[in-house]
Amino acid sequence: MEKHRERVLSLENLTIIFGGLVAVNDFSLELYAGDLVGLIGPNGAGKTTVFNMICGQYRPTQGRINFKGREIAGLSPDRITALGIARTFQNIRLFGNLSVLENVLVSFHVSLNQSFLSSMFSLPSYLAEEKRMREKGMQLLDTLGLAHLSQEEAQSLPYGQQRRLEIARALATHPSLLLLDEPAAGMNPQETRELMSFIQRVQDDFDLTILLIEHDMKVVMGICERVAVMDFGVKITEGSPEEIRNNPKVIEAYLGAED
Amino acid sequence: MDNKIKRDLVLTCLLFILLMLGTWLAQLYLNSYLVRILNTACIYVVVAVGYNLINGITGQFSLGPNGFMAMGGYTVAILMLPLAQKEQVYFIEPLIYPFSAFTFPSYLFGLALFLGGVVAALAALLIGFPTLRLRGDYLAIATFGFGEIILVFANNLIPLTNGALGIKGIPGYTNLWWTVGLAFLTVFLVKSLVNSSFGRAFKAIRENEVAAEAMGINLFRHKLLAFVISGFCAGVGGGLFVTLIGTVSPSLFTFTMTFNLLIIIVLGGLGSITGSTITAVIFAFLQEILREVEAPHTIGSWSLPGIPGMRMVVFSALLVVLMIFYRRGLFGNKELSWQLVIDWVSRSKNGKA
Amino acid sequence: MTWVTFFQQLMNGVSLGSLYALLAIGYTLVYGILGLINFAHGDVFMLGAYFAFFMIAIFMLPWWLGVIVGIVLCAIVGMTIERVAYRPLRDAPRISALITAVGVSFFIENLGLVTVGARPKGFPRPDLMKNVYILAGARIHGVTLWVPIISLAILAVLLFIVYRTKMGMAMRAVAKDMEATRLMGVNVDRVILLTFALGSALAGAGGVMWACKYPQINPLMGVFPGWKAFTAAVVGGIGNVVGAMIGGFIIGVAEIMIAAFFPSLTGYRDAFVFGILIFFLLIKPSGIMGETLKEKV
Repeated sequence: MEKHRERVLSLENLTIIFGGLVAVNDFSLELYAGDLVGLIGPNGAGKTTVFNMICGQYRPTQGRINFKGREIAGLSPDRITALGIARTFQNIRLFGNLSVLENVLVSFHVSLNQSFLSSMFSLPSYLAEEKRMREKGMQLLDTLGLAHLSQEEAQSLPYGQQRRLEIARALATHPSLLLLDEPAAGMNPQETRELMSFIQRVQDDFDLTILLIEHDMKVVMGICERVAVMDFGVKITEGSPEEIRNNPKVIEAYLGAED
Repeated sequence: MDNKIKRDLVLTCLLFILLMLGTWLAQLYLNSYLVRILNTACIYVVVAVGYNLINGITGQFSLGPNGFMAMGGYTVAILMLPLAQKEQVYFIEPLIYPFSAFTFPSYLFGLALFLGGVVAALAALLIGFPTLRLRGDYLAIATFGFGEIILVFANNLIPLTNGALGIKGIPGYTNLWWTVGLAFLTVFLVKSLVNSSFGRAFKAIRENEVAAEAMGINLFRHKLLAFVISGFCAGVGGGLFVTLIGTVSPSLFTFTMTFNLLIIIVLGGLGSITGSTITAVIFAFLQEILREVEAPHTIGSWSLPGIPGMRMVVFSALLVVLMIFYRRGLFGNKELSWQLVIDWVSRSKNGKA
Repeated sequence: MTWVTFFQQLMNGVSLGSLYALLAIGYTLVYGILGLINFAHGDVFMLGAYFAFFMIAIFMLPWWLGVIVGIVLCAIVGMTIERVAYRPLRDAPRISALITAVGVSFFIENLGLVTVGARPKGFPRPDLMKNVYILAGARIHGVTLWVPIISLAILAVLLFIVYRTKMGMAMRAVAKDMEATRLMGVNVDRVILLTFALGSALAGAGGVMWACKYPQINPLMGVFPGWKAFTAAVVGGIGNVVGAMIGGFIIGVAEIMIAAFFPSLTGYRDAFVFGILIFFLLIKPSGIMGETLKEKV
């Protein structure tokens, strides 16, 4: 039944070695349009490293990354973003001194059709496009409930709002695949519940495929349709939340590492 | 929104007219000493605004302005020097062809300045290409080297630069019309750029390179763009400078020049174009005041020996103290905008009423 | 070029290179730990020569004692710079620390110009450095022979400190991960201070030997050697101690050899080093011994 949908991302035998240390080993995963897949595992299992390979921050030592029929392993991050993959960061990386609106507008820059000269000389064609961008940015902030904060400095926002802005900024690049790196980290149960419905709403509204790293099991079990588990750089299993919950290997990986 | 853009445009035009009126009056009534300080101030504005674009806005540490100013300065000097003067100046070795065969008439001074900027921008392109692809501070070390190396060339490439003797008798085309006009134009253009989508991309790189790249910004291309524009501004400034003082020699563009510009952009606020503009003018006057301090003084029967060089000791200590205790500078990374001015005026009016 | 002159030039290059190596270590140690280009390092090198000069010529200390006092003073200056100017900016944006470093460098240079003047001073050399030796038919000056020998001895001691002592281990640990090292109970501030002391002492020793080689000292004498030594550190792989040494020798030998083979280009000697820097940044930016620097995401 999965196979009717378009295959968005396929990771084949990804391996990356840092100075002799195998951080991710022979990792494979497939994502289909509309999926919301969770990637879990103990600290240091290599989850973020997988994200970094998909988004071009790291080049895999071996293996293939196919995005909508195109090989993207080793492309630079900005080109991968332009192709339609966006991400958030585990340790929030907003443009702290820029306003909330400007943070979102940065993401529109890649689709700007003006030369730097036309913006320098404030040509009418540039001013018109700037106006369109600002309207679009405000619209996006409005959808995500951040419009009232548009002129605030990003670094002055409370933590939960910063996480939300990270997602808004990623959405502004017009992705078809969104990678969320621990979006619920540091949130209280109330904020976490809001975040879960927020993610689901965003997925529907923007027609997204989502891959999500998360430590909070409630989030993963609550919204993911499928979950992949990593430990020591290797995928140990993959399946529905129920299957994962009862898998002895998963229990062992977690008991061995934390809680 | 649209109305505000129109209002700002009208106010900017008014400011321009006001500046031109001021220039006209200054030409008529100010003594030549003050006019020279004003000229220097405007040249500092042109270069500092460009310098802040790469250092403050884009966050890439360049130490290159003196080198780029030298390139622009020598270009303009060689293009504008009258033929008779060329024969006189280049007595050790004659100036190489084709520069020995032609000279720009005075009405092409603007073109010469533009070419000075282009030559400096090309140099920036050549240095930026290997260094800006890399993470880290390679730009700083390469531009610092470049600033020194360009002086090595100025000293040794005698058929082009006349070596350590330099070039004398450059016609003094630079006047307040040129300097004020170009300072205004530079501030206007660079500020427009900084407020545009390109400016946001530059600032995003400064704030967080990894995130900027993940949001689709091509780091290399945008750093290079900011750096080349910055080099262009320095080249034009260098051209204005040599046609202001009438000579050019390697000692004119030492690292001290870059250091002065660094003080200006730090004092005004790294990342604030309007801040640099204001502090560039302040600095030009401050420099003159401190020149007085260096001169020997007699107070009554008590005579103070002059301490030449004390100025730079004060400035360098000032820079360190500023960085430790007052890193934001006057404006931080905020811009002075018409909106702010209007708010401020209306507030002070209400306060009085 | 005869074999003898080649040998002579090679010795010159090695001698010059050993001084770049001494100076490059200080850059690479500080860059490895703080990610900061210590622009003032070349000026500490200059101070080494002046301190020794004053101790010997004014305070009439014996040569060897004057030099040791000079080196100790350099270490103290290095620590002072770290404590006063760099430590308050450790958590500030990178560019702030770099600007401060430029400020400190310029401050030292200009203070030197104001206090001792721009006119070069003659540096007193011991006889050992003035002798001329005949080696394999080539006339080798005392400085050319002794500078690399003394430098290599100092470099050996340094390698011992960095790789075989507890302090060296702490230095390498701080360079790898400052926060983790702090959590392990290491006094990170002290390690950084000692790193500056060590690098500055090497710079001081380098300055004294430079003054023996080129016995006219002036307050700006550290600018070019400093910049070339940093280039050497980049060529060797910034952050890597052995790489800095190798880089120093490469730069020194290349500079002398190019000038020897193309005498008409001698005036452009300093530009060669710039060419080498650009070449390495294009071809192998991580340097000979370095790992590719990749920001943690």
